[in-house]
Amino acid sequence: MKTVFVTVGTTKFDELIENVTSKEAHGYERLVLQVGRGSLLPTVDSCLHIRLEAFRFKDSIAEDMKQADLIISHAGAGSCLEALGAGKPLLVVVNDKLMDNHQLELAAQLHMDSHLLYCTCSTLIQTLRSMDLSALQPFLPGQPRKFATFLDKALGVR
Amino acid sequence: MVVLLGAVFAVVFICLLFFIRLYIVVKTGAKYKPGNKGQIAVLVVAGSGGHTTEVLRLMECLSAAYTPRHYVIADTDRMSEEKICTFENSKQCSDSESQFTIHRIPRSREVHQSWNSSVVSTLNALRYSLPLVFRLRPDMVLCNGPGTCIPLCVAGLLLGILGMKKVLLVYVESICRVQTLSLTGKILYPISDYFFVQWSSLRDSFFKYAGKDGSTCKNTFL
Repeated sequence: MKTVFVTVGTTKFDELIENVTSKEAHGYERLVLQVGRGSLLPTVDSCLHIRLEAFRFKDSIAEDMKQADLIISHAGAGSCLEALGAGKPLLVVVNDKLMDNHQLELAAQLHMDSHLLYCTCSTLIQTLRSMDLSALQPFLPGQPRKFATFLDKALGVR
Repeated sequence: MVVLLGAVFAVVFICLLFFIRLYIVVKTGAKYKPGNKGQIAVLVVAGSGGHTTEVLRLMECLSAAYTPRHYVIADTDRMSEEKICTFENSKQCSDSESQFTIHRIPRSREVHQSWNSSVVSTLNALRYSLPLVFRLRPDMVLCNGPGTCIPLCVAGLLLGILGMKKVLLVYVESICRVQTLSLTGKILYPISDYFFVQWSSLRDSFFKYAGKDGSTCKNTFL
């Protein structure tokens, strides 16, 4: 079953939840929503054209990410990196009502390097319709081992 | 009059001594190799949320030589303690014995807090940081950007200035920072012994701003 997983991390982003549940499904059959602190928690029967599941928080959303064919996320660095780490196509929806959000810097850079797609709530539907997921490049995880090797040498650890 | 002159002279002398010590402590950091003597006690500033996840990824790769590990988290933070315990328990399986402690100090700055009140709450956090760092006497402080780093690094620096112990300050800028340094990064850059950024674009723009050569004693990695 083709699944979309929507995550807003620990924030609230009602506009996104509203948008993804109100419009047609574009070929996806199952929609899983992680709504965080938002005021909207859609029920199973609130959406007729698609199978819907919604929850606020879970200890780990790794399983939801693994099952998804597409992840739609807010611009939070943690959520973006987790989705890319899971190797899934990622569409980041920027909350343009939040100004001066330094986390946008990372999402914008990852978009420039073609690791993710990037839109706002108002362009979400159009993006879903026209997006080309095959153009996305996999994001290689960082190498903390390099940091450890450098530090060992600098501090004289044998 | 003589007493007053003497007092002024004493204050000037102490200040001069302080700055000379500060200069020596910061300049000699790169030559200090605590690893030669054995284990390295690390003070890890976990801060909150994303910072904790990121700093634990770095800790994952550090060998058992970095023991014991003292984690400092903000007292309003609920999630970090659990993350740290999960991480340390999984490490315990691979090491013969794992030693770690968790300490809480007041947050020096909440998100969206104004600058004036940030100064006051940072001073308040320093009140807790000083006794903590003086008691633990770590060989190095590892931090990656939450505001809580500043009082802890200042406390570490003070140990060095007083000649009690050289504490290496290792700063890793968060991966979120692509174009500009965080305020914490800008403040800690002059006093840190090792300074890392995770994007080449930030390295290029920053070293132009700082007017320093990235290859000397401060380093970047990707």
